[in-house]
Amino acid sequence: MSDYLVQFNNISKFFGKVIALKDVTMRLKKGEIMCLLGDNGAGKSTLIKTLAGVHKPDEGEIIFEDNKIVFDSPKDALDIGIGTVYQDLALVPLMSVTRNFFMGREPQKGIPFLKTFDVEKANKIAAERMGQIGIDVRDPSQAVGTMSGGERQCLAISRAIYFGAKVLVLDEPTSALGVHQASMVLKYIVKAASEGLAVILITHNVHHAYPVGNSFTVLNRGKSMGTFQKKDISREKLLSMMAGGEELDKLEVELQEMDRIHNKN
Amino acid sequence: MSLKSKSISSKSSLNKDERLKKISPLRVLLNRPELGALGGSILVFIFFGIVAGDTGMFSAYGMLNFLDVSANLGIIAIAAAMLMIGGEFDLSIGSMIGFAGICIAIPAIYWGWPLWMSIVFAFAMAVLVGYFNGIMVVKTGLPSFIVTLAMLFILRGLTLAITRLITGRTQVPGLRVLIEDDPLAWLFATDTFKWLFTWLGSLKLIELRTDGTPLATGIPPSVIWFIALTLFATWILMKTRYGNWIFASGGDKVGATNVGVPVGRVKISLFIGTAVASTIFACIQVLDAGSADTMRGTLKELEAIAAAVVGGCLLTGGYGSAIGAAFGAIIFGTVSMGIFYTDVDTDWFKVFLGAMMLIAVVFNNYIRKKVTESK
Repeated sequence: MSDYLVQFNNISKFFGKVIALKDVTMRLKKGEIMCLLGDNGAGKSTLIKTLAGVHKPDEGEIIFEDNKIVFDSPKDALDIGIGTVYQDLALVPLMSVTRNFFMGREPQKGIPFLKTFDVEKANKIAAERMGQIGIDVRDPSQAVGTMSGGERQCLAISRAIYFGAKVLVLDEPTSALGVHQASMVLKYIVKAASEGLAVILITHNVHHAYPVGNSFTVLNRGKSMGTFQKKDISREKLLSMMAGGEELDKLEVELQEMDRIHNKN
Repeated sequence: MSLKSKSISSKSSLNKDERLKKISPLRVLLNRPELGALGGSILVFIFFGIVAGDTGMFSAYGMLNFLDVSANLGIIAIAAAMLMIGGEFDLSIGSMIGFAGICIAIPAIYWGWPLWMSIVFAFAMAVLVGYFNGIMVVKTGLPSFIVTLAMLFILRGLTLAITRLITGRTQVPGLRVLIEDDPLAWLFATDTFKWLFTWLGSLKLIELRTDGTPLATGIPPSVIWFIALTLFATWILMKTRYGNWIFASGGDKVGATNVGVPVGRVKISLFIGTAVASTIFACIQVLDAGSADTMRGTLKELEAIAAAVVGGCLLTGGYGSAIGAAFGAIIFGTVSMGIFYTDVDTDWFKVFLGAMMLIAVVFNNYIRKKVTESK
C-alpha cells in the first residue's frame, strides 16, 4: 500500500483541439494540504471539475486508496469521498442553515411512502457541527443569507466533511473574503487537515496559500510546473512561477547581458 | 446610565446566547411568506363585513358561494405556487383546463366510454402535458415562460379544433346524466356534510327554500379538494425531503444539482402537478355544469399566478408557501363574489386584482431583502 490517500496521475483533458490539461500529477497523503496555484486560465477550473467527476479525464488515472477509480458522475466522486466545495458554495441564501446543510441528503423518519424530513434531528446536527468550528448559529432555521461570507464558506466545508469527504477540494475559498474572514476559513481548513483529511486548496492567492500549505502545485497554461514541498520553495519563488516568472527571469538575464556588452564597449 | 444598565441586564437575562437579538413574535410572523395574504384576507373580510354585512353575503349560502369560487382558484393556485417555488411558471394552466374538459366530455358523450374512464383518460393526458412541459424546460434550458406560453396556444387550439372536428360545436353538453352511479365522478361532484346543513336548516339557523330544504345543501367538492390540497402541499413543502428539493431547485439550480438534488426530476414533477391540478379544476367544473366548453379556464393561469404571488411566492423562485397561495385565492374569490353584494360596479374587480398583485410584489421584495440581509 502506498503512502498516498489519493493520486491523480498524468491527468489530461482535451476540449476538441484545445488542450485544457496536460499530464497533471498530484498525490496527497492524509492530513496534507496541497495548494493548487495558477493564474487565470491556467486550467484550475477544468482540473477541479475533473477531480469532482464532472469531466472525465481523457488520459491518466485516479487512484484512491490504491484502487483505480473512474468517475461517471459527480455523485461517484462524492460517494468515494471526494467532496468538492465550489466557489458558489451551492448554498441557497433564502433557505435556512439546516435546510442548506442537508440539501439533497435530508435525514428522514417514519414509514415508507410517508417519510418525513426529520427537521429536529437536522437542526440539532447542523447547530452542533457549526458549533464545532466556532460558528454559533443562534437559530438553525435562520436564512443562510444572513450569514457572513466566511461563515457560509465554513458551512459549505463543514457540510462536505459531515457527508463523508476524505479528500476536500476547495475552489478559491478565500477569494471573496476580507482578511479576518479569510483567516477564519484558513484556520478551519488546517483544523480539518489535522483531523486526517487531505485538502486540495485551489487559489491564486499565494499569501493565503503559503501559510497553510504543505505542498504546492503550480499550474500554468494547462501544465503542471511541478509540485514543491514547503521547505523547498519560497513564497517569492512561487509567486514568480505563477506569474510566468521564468519568462520574466529570462528577460532580465538578457537585459543584463545587453547591459554588460554595452558597458564593455 | 440607568437606561444603559437596564438594556445590558435585559440582554444577559436571555437564556443562552447574548448575541441573539430578542425577536418579537411579530417579526417571526413577518418572516413567513404567507403573512401578507393572511393579513389581506382579514382585511377583505372586515371590509365586506362592513360594506355588505347585511346583504346575505355572509349567510351560509353566500359564504359557500364565495368559498366555492375561492376554492376553485385555490386548487390551481396551490399547484402554481409549488411550481413557482421550484423556480418555474406554467402559463398553460388555463388551456389545460379547457383541454381536460373535452378529454372528459368527448369520450363520454361521443365514444360511449364510461365517465370514470374518461376522467382517468383526462388525468393521463394531464400527466403527459405536464411531463412534456417539464422535459422541454429541463432539456432545452429555455425559460418556462416561453415553453408554457407555446403550450397555452397549442392546447387551446387543439381543444377548439378537436371539439369542432368531432362534434361540430364548441360545447359538449349532456354529462349530468352520467354522473349518477359512476364509481369516480362522485369525487368531483358530491356535496358533503349535507346532514349538517339539513340539521342547521331544521333548527332554522340557515336560510330555507319555500319547500323547507336548506338553500345551501352542503359543502361543494371544490372546497374539500381545496382544503385537502392545501394541507397536502404544505406537508410536502415543510415536512418532506422532496419539499426541501423544491425550495433548493428554485433557490439555486446549479447549487442544488451540485449537492445531488435531482433538479430536473423535481421540476418535471411540479409541471405534472400544475397540469393535474388543472384537470381536477376541470373535473369539478365540467361535472358541475354538466358540459365542457372549449373556452373554459381562459386566463385562469394568470389568476393562479396572481394568487400565488399575493400569497408570498417570489417570481424568482425558492420562496413561498402553499398556505399563502390558498389565502391569495381566498382574497380573489371573496372580492370577485363580494363585489356583487356591494354597489360597486363589477368592472372594478380587475383593477383591484392588479393593484393587489402590485402591492404584494413590492411587499414580497421587501421581505426577501429582509430575509437575506447580510450582517
